[in-house]
Amino acid sequence: MTAVARVYRWEIAKLLAQKRTYLGLGTAVAVPIIFVVVLVLRSGGPNDVPLGRYIRDTGLAVPFVVLFFMSIWGLPLITALVAGDIVASETHNGTLKTILTRSRERGEVFAGKTLATATYTLTLVFAMGLVGLAAGSIAWGFRPLTSLSGTKVSAGHGLVLLLASLAVYALPLAGIAAFGVLLSTVTRNSAASVVGALMWALLMQLLGVLPGTESIRPYLLGTQFDAWHGFLRTPADWAPVIRAVWLSALYIGLPLIGAYLVFLRRDVAGE
Amino acid sequence: MSDALPVETRGLVKRYGEIVAVDHVDLSVEPGDVFGYLGPNGAGKTTSLRILLGLIRPTAGSARLQGRDPLIDGAKALEGVAGFVEAPRFYPYLSGRRNLRLLADYDEPVSRARIDEVLELVELRDRAKDKVGGYSHGMRQRLGIAAALLRAPRLLLLDEPTTGLDPAGMRDMRELVRRLAGEGITILLSSHLLNEVEELCNRVAIIRRGAIVYQGRLRELLDRAASTYRLHALDPERARAALLAQPGIGDVRLDGALRFSADEAAVAALTVALGQARVAFTALVPETATLEELFLGMTDGESSDHDRRAPVAV
Repeated sequence: MTAVARVYRWEIAKLLAQKRTYLGLGTAVAVPIIFVVVLVLRSGGPNDVPLGRYIRDTGLAVPFVVLFFMSIWGLPLITALVAGDIVASETHNGTLKTILTRSRERGEVFAGKTLATATYTLTLVFAMGLVGLAAGSIAWGFRPLTSLSGTKVSAGHGLVLLLASLAVYALPLAGIAAFGVLLSTVTRNSAASVVGALMWALLMQLLGVLPGTESIRPYLLGTQFDAWHGFLRTPADWAPVIRAVWLSALYIGLPLIGAYLVFLRRDVAGE
Repeated sequence: MSDALPVETRGLVKRYGEIVAVDHVDLSVEPGDVFGYLGPNGAGKTTSLRILLGLIRPTAGSARLQGRDPLIDGAKALEGVAGFVEAPRFYPYLSGRRNLRLLADYDEPVSRARIDEVLELVELRDRAKDKVGGYSHGMRQRLGIAAALLRAPRLLLLDEPTTGLDPAGMRDMRELVRRLAGEGITILLSSHLLNEVEELCNRVAIIRRGAIVYQGRLRELLDRAASTYRLHALDPERARAALLAQPGIGDVRLDGALRFSADEAAVAALTVALGQARVAFTALVPETATLEELFLGMTDGESSDHDRRAPVAV
């Protein structure tokens, strides 16, 4: 096993030993279940969101609708919960000095932490999507999906579209996570980093709804949460997907480079 | 590289804004030393150790461990080096054993048996399954030693290893340090406890406000101070005459009690002479400049909270 892989393995083990990880994952899984239960018990539904009208047609529509609602602050919050803590928790526990006086270079430690954060972020999105699919399918069956263009998509093809959508959806979320890692490294304070990363996400949403921001809107992080719509059109519209990929790469890369440089050089004193 | 000193700093400076935490420190620790790094709290001991371990960057100067600079060589400079600064810290939500497994994986993975071995050595094997969050300060301190020993170090940097321990814990910790030194491990031990340094170390550096005020053999430091003694005699005048007649006795003055300076051999001879001259005395007390007095003199008595009554290990 390479050095980074060993650090990564222990970062995952540490996440699995901490309550906040389960709080985040638990929320990600509980939300679609609660959503389905409420819709089963009550009439009416989220008719004005994409695919909302078809929510009782097939379980396949459920994860898409949940993704829409959770992109506003739900997923950013539970992503930030772990991302903002990933370096700051070492400060809090005073363990940075413990692990940095072994044989691993700082860069290797940082890489392990970043990969663990990415793993958590991906797990959140897929857990939420697949649990939503399962809950929805139990309630309304695993049936063909009506696309955003109004065409029928077979259930099997719909599942492929869902997985692709989840992957693309995870990109901007990883951008928020990367910002959380940056704050976690710079502020050394878990609460400040969690709140700061959430504020970053909300700011991006806010900029997107203000009048006069139309020209920058396609480039805001929040906008990329809708990139999956491209998959659900006939024919598929790749433009938003491609834009989400390169924009998210910037939103992920820049904070991570900053965090990396800070982590490499910072004084570890009193922590 | 093999003939490089275990620890060598040259002109080491660490400045925090206006404050100079470490001020041109030149430390030289030789192989096999148990080197006492002595100074009042806040004198800059921990900051120097942090620089040595590569945790903070010096403002100026260089720090080398076995010829390698952590600033340049990164983690490779710590090869064969282990230790901790301030209290050792661990993940509270993991057990003692899992913490050690984690740290071992941050080096080269070691066998379960090796982890048991170091746990046994610090007498933590029974509690190894418990989360570190529930450990006492002393147990964490011992786990810190265990974590350091996992690296099979040739050089051990220990920052106030007995601070916060109860008397029995202090004794055990010193016993352990002595044992490790006996195995040929070079040890750099910072402390503000004079009796600890006096008991364990062969060489010392005394740091005051970031600067080294003495560095050398402990023995020489103690010898450097002329020893003075106090004599309470029933007839001070006769005693005074006897003192003046005795070779090797100097600076005799009478102010309530008799005070004089002498080395140990001269004092031993004096007791015999006093007996033969039938000069009765009730007390002959060394007023030696102890390490403590030397230390207080060198540090302007700024030792804020060192414990004069710290129990001496036996």
